[in-house]
Amino acid sequence: MDPTTILAAGVASGTILLFAAIGEIFAERSGVLNLGVEGMMLIGAVAAFSIALTTGNPWLGVAAAMLAGGLLSLVHGVMTIHLRADQVVSGLALTFLGTGLARVLGEGLSSARDVAQLPHLTIPLVSGVPILGPIFFTDQSVLVYLGYALVPLAWLWIGRTRPGLHLRAVGEAPAAADAQGIGVYRTRYVYVFVGGLLAGLAGATITLAIYPGWFGDQTVNGRGWIAVGLVIFAQWSPLRAAFGAVLFGAIFRFVIDIQGVDVILGFENPFRAGHSATFFLDMLPYLMVILVVVIGSREAVRKRVGAPAALGRPYVRGERGA
Amino acid sequence: MHLRLEPRIDAPRWFTAVVTLGALAFALVLSGLIIWLVGGDPVKSFGHIVVAAFGSVGVISDTLVKATPLILTGLACSLAFRMRLWNIGAEGQFLLGAWGASAVVLAPILPAGTPAIVVIPAMMLAGAAAGGLWGFIPGVLRARLGVNEIITTLMLNYVALFWLEFWVFGPWSKGGFPETEPFPPEAWLPRLTDFAASFPLLGGLTVHLGLIFGIVVATIMWIALERTRWGYEIRLIGDSPRAARYAGIDINRKIIVVFVISGALAGLGGMSEVAGVVHGLQDRISPGYGFTAIIIAYLARFGPFRVILASILFGALILAGREIQPSGVPAMIQGIVLFALVGSDVLIRYRIRFDRRLATA
Repeated sequence: MDPTTILAAGVASGTILLFAAIGEIFAERSGVLNLGVEGMMLIGAVAAFSIALTTGNPWLGVAAAMLAGGLLSLVHGVMTIHLRADQVVSGLALTFLGTGLARVLGEGLSSARDVAQLPHLTIPLVSGVPILGPIFFTDQSVLVYLGYALVPLAWLWIGRTRPGLHLRAVGEAPAAADAQGIGVYRTRYVYVFVGGLLAGLAGATITLAIYPGWFGDQTVNGRGWIAVGLVIFAQWSPLRAAFGAVLFGAIFRFVIDIQGVDVILGFENPFRAGHSATFFLDMLPYLMVILVVVIGSREAVRKRVGAPAALGRPYVRGERGA
Repeated sequence: MHLRLEPRIDAPRWFTAVVTLGALAFALVLSGLIIWLVGGDPVKSFGHIVVAAFGSVGVISDTLVKATPLILTGLACSLAFRMRLWNIGAEGQFLLGAWGASAVVLAPILPAGTPAIVVIPAMMLAGAAAGGLWGFIPGVLRARLGVNEIITTLMLNYVALFWLEFWVFGPWSKGGFPETEPFPPEAWLPRLTDFAASFPLLGGLTVHLGLIFGIVVATIMWIALERTRWGYEIRLIGDSPRAARYAGIDINRKIIVVFVISGALAGLGGMSEVAGVVHGLQDRISPGYGFTAIIIAYLARFGPFRVILASILFGALILAGREIQPSGVPAMIQGIVLFALVGSDVLIRYRIRFDRRLATA
């Protein structure tokens, strides 16, 4: 098991988290916490898999996944933006709903094999660069490359464009944004929807590119929640989210890969598949999330950067302190 | 015409009840519609649930058995949610409780042959302690370091499941199967059917002492919340943290205490499940009780006695839902119910006004 292979696999696996985390960053930057990422990813995963299976076209699967995630996110949008529901509970409900719906729609899909997958590409020239080439640019899924493009675009959009400025204004000071003539509700709906699209895409990335297949509600396996944790660690920045996504992608891959190794540094591998010690290995990504969220929270307190000021709060025109 | 939401100071209780039941009815109709859309027969599905869960004394008893872990985890969530503390980790705390209680018998902490009068309280204590520890971690991280408790409790759910699997597949495995040796009868909670020798009518009824735990805990929690200063402070923190701070309440301390109690209650639920129903430890001991508990807490609007009623309802759904096709239907219904409840909140918190004049924008 050489490090380049692990890192390359980690980058691929991290793409799942990347799409979901950047989607959540968009939603949260507008002031709407959406804890339904896990549910939206599952719906996206099942939509992608079943459409790709029936049509034979994986791209239609990707489109269906994004649409499904987006539509589901709008339910959360209506609840939290217009009906002013508690964002935490509505997000949890979204996860329950998405999980249940995905299981209903995915009935019988788990026996299906050989779904048409998205193509893998090797980029000429850059793939020849030592170390970086084999990790980032050799035999990766197209979606991985899409992820590379999304990170700087999201960063530029949020930090360097007018609509991005409006997005931040709505999330930090909705009353001021409203006074400037920015539609607070409209902006929030748009970015909640974008979050849903990207969560759906993350789901499609699982079933059509990185871990092909449908494994019921085990398919997403907590990655939606990890993405939510990553957003805190990333302090709502797409660049830091990319770093976190690759880190966790690598951890997820490592946990799988090391179980196939017989000998480590001359000793028998205690974590070989079939040994009960592997369960401690399985804990690793989830424990790491707690660790990075603790680090992120500490740093946020120290540097006085934090969540968007209006995160979690419904906006009501003319209400004090909104 | 323009729609306007006007905050209500206080909604009458009957109105809250009507809206909640209305939301429940709406959710069931919507679920039926989806079942119909995916090719099922909603009338048959719901009819099946009613008959399979309440059709005879025997199945009512089975429903109550399913409701028991839900009551304890539901109370765990209600207590935390009342303070607006998002303990989404009742599932993990339940699993740890089941593990802790099992350890008393399997480790073994108490030697074989110890009478039930010692074993059962020891298991209760161990289960509650293990669950409480699993609640303490997110509690202390939130109170001392300001770490979001939703993420930590969720992650600890996964960690708890793997911890349980380690013991069930590893040290405590019975011949390599994912289950342990059955507990000796001293570690079983008494069931109604155990008294069938004296009262033949009770034969086959599997309701166990855990249900009494639930009722007792609900009563204590109601008294604590509604009739003590401690409970008043929790409600105050939940309704207005700022007012609570001005009143000099040590919120951080309360966060830790409430998290530990919440975890201990869910842990007791795990103990009641292994000692009352399974009589051993398995990896698939919970079909998501700790997650259903979140919905139950919401349906009950955090009222301890209402948690019991809501648990019976969801116990019926879980019991009867096992045979419903497609298999995801019960989970989907739970999601729709929670959404309907969350959405219906708007009617309780706001009065909806229709202004005939144009909005002056």
